[in-house]
Amino acid sequence: MDNAIEVRDLVVVRGGKEVLLGISTAVRAGKVTGLLGPSGSGKTTLMRAIVGVQRVRSGRIDVLGQPAGSPALRAKVGYLTQAPSIYADLTVKENARYFASLYPGITKADADQAVRDVGLGEAANQLVRTLSGGQHSRASLACALVGKPTLLVLDEPTVGQDPVLRDELWQRFHALAAAGTTLVVSSHVMDEAGRCDRLVLIREGRIIADDTPEAVRGSADTNDLEEAFLRLIRREEAKV
Amino acid sequence: MSPTILLRTTGRVLRQLSHDKRTIAMVIVLPLVLLTLVYYLFEKQPHIFDHIGIIMLGVFPFILMFLITSIAMLRERTTGTLERLLTTPLHKLDLLFGYGIAFGVLAAVQASAGAGLAYGAFDLQTAGSAGLVILIAVADAVLGMALGLFFSAFASSEFQAVQFMPLVAFPQVFLCGLFTPRDQMAGWLHALSDIFPLTYAVQALQEVGAHADPTALMWRDLGIVAGAAVLALALSAATLRRRTD
Repeated sequence: MDNAIEVRDLVVVRGGKEVLLGISTAVRAGKVTGLLGPSGSGKTTLMRAIVGVQRVRSGRIDVLGQPAGSPALRAKVGYLTQAPSIYADLTVKENARYFASLYPGITKADADQAVRDVGLGEAANQLVRTLSGGQHSRASLACALVGKPTLLVLDEPTVGQDPVLRDELWQRFHALAAAGTTLVVSSHVMDEAGRCDRLVLIREGRIIADDTPEAVRGSADTNDLEEAFLRLIRREEAKV
Repeated sequence: MSPTILLRTTGRVLRQLSHDKRTIAMVIVLPLVLLTLVYYLFEKQPHIFDHIGIIMLGVFPFILMFLITSIAMLRERTTGTLERLLTTPLHKLDLLFGYGIAFGVLAAVQASAGAGLAYGAFDLQTAGSAGLVILIAVADAVLGMALGLFFSAFASSEFQAVQFMPLVAFPQVFLCGLFTPRDQMAGWLHALSDIFPLTYAVQALQEVGAHADPTALMWRDLGIVAGAAVLALALSAATLRRRTD
């Protein structure tokens, strides 16, 4: 299977406002796909639709060959929400072990490993509410990685992390992709775009670019991705 | 549903409580303090305490469990853990029954402590056994918990959740027969009390108070309380939507 996710003509309306205006895209299996765009562009909505928690108006999303949100997908898809969603009154290790227990075949040892993988080995026995913001979101990330999913949907996983840790996390994402995991990672920081295998740029509910970083640079005729996106946006606006 | 996930969810809720010593202390100690207050209020008329004390043993767990469950569930919603859980293989009922069992355990401890104080220190007199009193008190707690889970769906903040307590719990407490015997109430109040599940919990406790052996009416009332709890749990399952706006 070449595509892990296929989105066709997806329309999502939230609070009376069209957030996604009939977008279509495909996410390659075993690659890191970056979902980029400013805050409010529809990144989170698209991710929620992919994991099957977003009510959609029309269109179709297939994930790993099944309609998004199918019960069979729940053991195969890992989701990191933008705001950390773990239990503040449990320790990091207790959180990871609880989420581990929800997936078939995942052990306590796997949970402890996931905690070390996000660099929280030292803080494993700390209550989540005592963690710093960056540690808090990494603890949440550990709980998304713990089920060894086939598809990982990560909403802004590197926000607020120090540069060294951010680099380590991106290396981990690529290691996971090399091992066959498909990753969809959102970011609003353009310097992260260059680290992705493919890019999808969303703006105001529409896809403006959907290609490899090299091709995006090429089509905009600049080496700077930030500048490339700017040119693509202006080109789009000129068409209207 | 999966027995493993149910068990782990129960364990997780209990572990959260174990990190919150103050809440546990309040859940256990608060009813004892209030019971003590009521005992000394009627110190000169011990037969009144026999009447009211036994009812309070059932009412406390109901109110407290309603409150802590609605807040706990609201937190699951507002912190995003609920949305995340619903993307995992966890079944809605694993979550609801996980809460049910964990808080049921807490309620059993609470009810035992209350009964221990009432029988041991305050010489509560009941014709039936203390074990039945505890059993009914736990059923009451589970009912409060199930209603708390359900009503938390209609609260979008902790402020609102707290307000549901007087809305849902107080009318049931007023009309359950604690303040005025039900047969002396105005017709419409009596009819209202007929549809409140707490009424049956209190009636079951009064049956234990008055009869040495469990009566058919007591078992029927206990069944109604358990049935209402299951109904509220089923309704709360319907409020847990996997897909939202």
